[in-house]
Amino acid sequence: MVKVKSFFERFYLLVILAILYAPIILLIIYSFSNSSNFNFDQGFNFEAYISIFTSDKSPDLWAAIGNTLLIASVSSVIATVMGTFASIGIFHLGKRMRRVVENVNQFPIINSEIVMAVSLMVFFVTFAFPEGYLRLIIAHIAFCTPYVVLNVLPKLEAMDPNIYEAALDLGANPFKALTKVMFPIITPGIISGFVMAFIMSMDDFIITQINKGAATGINTLSTYIYSDARVQGLEPFWYAIFSIIFVAVLALVLSINLVKISKQKKKNKETGVQ
Amino acid sequence: MKAKSARRPFRLTKKAFGIPYMLFLMLFVVIPLVLILVNAFLDSDNNLTFGNFKIFFSSASSLIVLGNSLLVGVITTLLCLVIGYPVAYILSKMSSGKIIVLLYIIPMGVNFLIRTLATKAIFIALGVELGMGTVIFGMVYNYLPFMILPLHTTLSGIDKSYAEAAQDLGADKATVFFKTTLPLSVSGIMSGITMVFIPTISTYAISQLLSNGKIFLFGDSIQLSFEQGMYGVGSIMSIVMLVFVLLSNFIMNRFNKGGNAARRSLW
Amino acid sequence: MNKRASVDNIIELKNIYKTYDDKTVVKNASLTIKRGEFVTLLGPSGCGKTTTLRMIAGFEMPTSGQIIFDGQDITNLPPHLRRVNTVFQKYALFPHLNVYNNIAFGLKLKVIPNGTKTNRKGETVQLFRKYTKTEIKEKVDNALKMVDLEDYGHRNVSSLSGGQQQRVAIARALVNEPEVLLLDEPLGALDLKMRKDMQLELMDMHNRLGITFIYVTHDQEEALTMSDKIVVMRLGEIQQIATPEKVYDEPANAFVADFIGESTILSGTMLDDYKVEFCDTVFECVDKGFKKNEPIDVIIRPEDLKILDKDDKKSLISATVLSSVFKGDHYQVTLLAGGNELVAHDTETYGINDTVGLYIKPFDLHIMHKTRIINEINTYITGENLVEICGADFECKTDLPEGTPVKVSIDFDDVEITDDEEDGTIGANVLSSIYKGSYYQAILSTDDHYNFFADTDYEWLKGDRVGIKIAPDKILIEQRQEDAPEGAENSTAADNSEDTEETESTDSFAEIAQLEGNDNIVGALTYDSVDSSDNGEEVEE
Repeated sequence: MVKVKSFFERFYLLVILAILYAPIILLIIYSFSNSSNFNFDQGFNFEAYISIFTSDKSPDLWAAIGNTLLIASVSSVIATVMGTFASIGIFHLGKRMRRVVENVNQFPIINSEIVMAVSLMVFFVTFAFPEGYLRLIIAHIAFCTPYVVLNVLPKLEAMDPNIYEAALDLGANPFKALTKVMFPIITPGIISGFVMAFIMSMDDFIITQINKGAATGINTLSTYIYSDARVQGLEPFWYAIFSIIFVAVLALVLSINLVKISKQKKKNKETGVQ
Repeated sequence: MKAKSARRPFRLTKKAFGIPYMLFLMLFVVIPLVLILVNAFLDSDNNLTFGNFKIFFSSASSLIVLGNSLLVGVITTLLCLVIGYPVAYILSKMSSGKIIVLLYIIPMGVNFLIRTLATKAIFIALGVELGMGTVIFGMVYNYLPFMILPLHTTLSGIDKSYAEAAQDLGADKATVFFKTTLPLSVSGIMSGITMVFIPTISTYAISQLLSNGKIFLFGDSIQLSFEQGMYGVGSIMSIVMLVFVLLSNFIMNRFNKGGNAARRSLW
Repeated sequence: MNKRASVDNIIELKNIYKTYDDKTVVKNASLTIKRGEFVTLLGPSGCGKTTTLRMIAGFEMPTSGQIIFDGQDITNLPPHLRRVNTVFQKYALFPHLNVYNNIAFGLKLKVIPNGTKTNRKGETVQLFRKYTKTEIKEKVDNALKMVDLEDYGHRNVSSLSGGQQQRVAIARALVNEPEVLLLDEPLGALDLKMRKDMQLELMDMHNRLGITFIYVTHDQEEALTMSDKIVVMRLGEIQQIATPEKVYDEPANAFVADFIGESTILSGTMLDDYKVEFCDTVFECVDKGFKKNEPIDVIIRPEDLKILDKDDKKSLISATVLSSVFKGDHYQVTLLAGGNELVAHDTETYGINDTVGLYIKPFDLHIMHKTRIINEINTYITGENLVEICGADFECKTDLPEGTPVKVSIDFDDVEITDDEEDGTIGANVLSSIYKGSYYQAILSTDDHYNFFADTDYEWLKGDRVGIKIAPDKILIEQRQEDAPEGAENSTAADNSEDTEETESTDSFAEIAQLEGNDNIVGALTYDSVDSSDNGEEVEE
């Protein structure tokens, strides 16, 4: 009886997993077919991958990739620096003020993306911000920084408040206590905040699409996909790009978790020694 | 009184670290939203008016879009809950559930446009007609992970001794589930619902892509209003959307007194 | 080690106050610490002991008052410039550094004099340098050796046990050769056996190093074992400063007696010099100088109460055995004598309801002035047979007209405590409840911070919310002259309690007690709204 139940449970998990992955797996398989409509008429080949570099859309594609990386790097670096300092500031605010700032910080996260996007657009238009990178980078910083704060603040909360005091007590001035003790301890939070900000920025479509401005011709990968594929469907080289992105994401997630697990094991081992 | 002057600069520096970001939030989060509010009361010549409300609430088409969006949102959310709860529940009982759940989250790492376009390509290849059905499938497909994750976090955080205590007191398995596990996971359910419902009704592009432009949801019509320069009506729509956001967040917080635990743990 | 003959006192606190938004957590603390002393700040949580220590370390700035270190005013000096180091309660080791680097942290930052040179203007300039790597290594290795962790330098701090982490924390502080080591409940997180071992080790270190230790704990046994001098604190005020022996044998007041060691506290009357009455019996004692027939508290330590045969000639009073419980090395015998419960420790057990005789040496009867004899409040008549007490109108019996300034007195017996706040005329929080042989004496803090003393039959839980009721005919009303404004009370109280600084002899205990007897101290006692159960904790721990 128990076995039957557990079989059904596993079966259910697998079915859901299969549905979730089916489109992705099909994409990967047919990325080697150089077709847009799931056939292997041309047999197994790497044409789709080659056409990433040779298609007449390649220049636009690479420009979009470049833009994506540029905007993501600049905005996530700024978001991380600003968010880290902001977290330290918020952490030391009074109770009431802190709640206000935390709630405002939460807003870009809970708010629907479309509302955030149009509100920024209205703002940029009203105050005549120059179209282009400036608008996009500001918008990306605005929705990325809250995630940095959400990653760093818990690290500060988890930190024994005496640790900073201990540094002062041992003769470190406030600046040294900050750089030698506080920052190293919250570094894991800063890194995960940065990674998340980078991914959120790369992944963004709605806010970029609405704020990029039609005249500038700036596209990121996602806006370029949208403009290209909405009309004509997916060309084979998109299959190749999607496959590469998926494998990269998979590798990233797996390696992060493997590092986590091995760290945990190492720690357990060390504690187990005595 | 010298004591204070010696201490103050040092205290102030740490608080002051937050000032740039607080200004940034003010400038690029609060003021834009205030502008939306202001625009809702302005006509095209920037005169004060209530006409935008009239336009929005008296136009059948915009109300139909809103109704459609809510319908799609409710159906998607329910489907995600019905499909996702068993997944989260089964995973929470497995010892390796914490790792396996990642498999359900990884697809989220791929841009939703890519996933949507891939599904669309498959539908086309399979000859499925694009319409309401495919839109809802696409929505569920996109947002299911948002349901599974908070549910899993809540369910695996429930102390097993509650269920054991209930069994000890004579409850059978079904009773244990309905009387202990389910009530204890309400906060996860609420976060899950919020995290699916809000993006679904406000999503821009998914429904257009998966229905070949036949089905138009609220997010699309907000974007369209602004694109057509109808800032007033667009602002009204944004405010309606904001009301939904705040309402659902308020409800979620009521059920989730410990703050945004599930939402935070997402990341 | 580095004693300087010039100043004998290494640290002096002068009238320190610390207030967090209206809540005063340390009140008028004055304290002198000699070079090389082992001083313990002892008290229940929320008593202000940790805050006091943090002010010495420099993490908190006093709201008013002065801190003198080695003859210099360091009140405004930031922590990194103070020549003290701290061992924190939860160790506060840097998680990102290994054991070696934790200990080397302070050394790497330190600059030491490195000769002098003459500059172009012909002035002599002091040169400084940092420690070299070899010097640091030598010092860290020595420190590790001192705490028996020689081979642990490379270890990650999170892989160490609590006791080992504690040793690293001590080594990290001591390696900087501070003149004063501050320890904030350092053994609190350790298990009992480990704690005992560490106590001995700390005492040994103190003897070897010869530096001053200031130790904070709520564990009275720890304080009695380790200290040269104990500072007992309660609700932000210093209650007594004395050697462990004195604190134990001659507690300054009922609170100290109750907090330190086991004791029976009884109400009695001082009939004359050397003559005290309690349990309906007159005893000989060694105390004098009390007023005739003054109500007093008598404190008897269980080990001082001798149980004798009921016919023994030495027997002073006869008693009935209520219970006898085995406690390992003794029996704890509870006895009823003259309507009061007494506790004695004896090597033998007794049958319940046995009649026995009791003997106690005159020297072992500790007699103290009562903190307060009656609740007194200055207030006004607010209507016909109505008087305002702590913000509410109480019914009373008076023919004075509305608005008359009066002094109301309420006997401890007449303050009725109700379980439900609604049943009382006013609400209050229970601050403490001390058993006094036949009844409990509870101290209740009302919402406007007056402390009511009440004698009741039941024990009331500290921190509980209760109601206060007073029968109309029990409120004694006396017309008074309008004099100084109410605010003046506090300031005079503050001035008066400066005397506490020298409170080291029995005579000055009497002084405090006397102080507490007068009206001003009522103000002083009542100011402290600090609810020890919650607010205090938040600030303290």
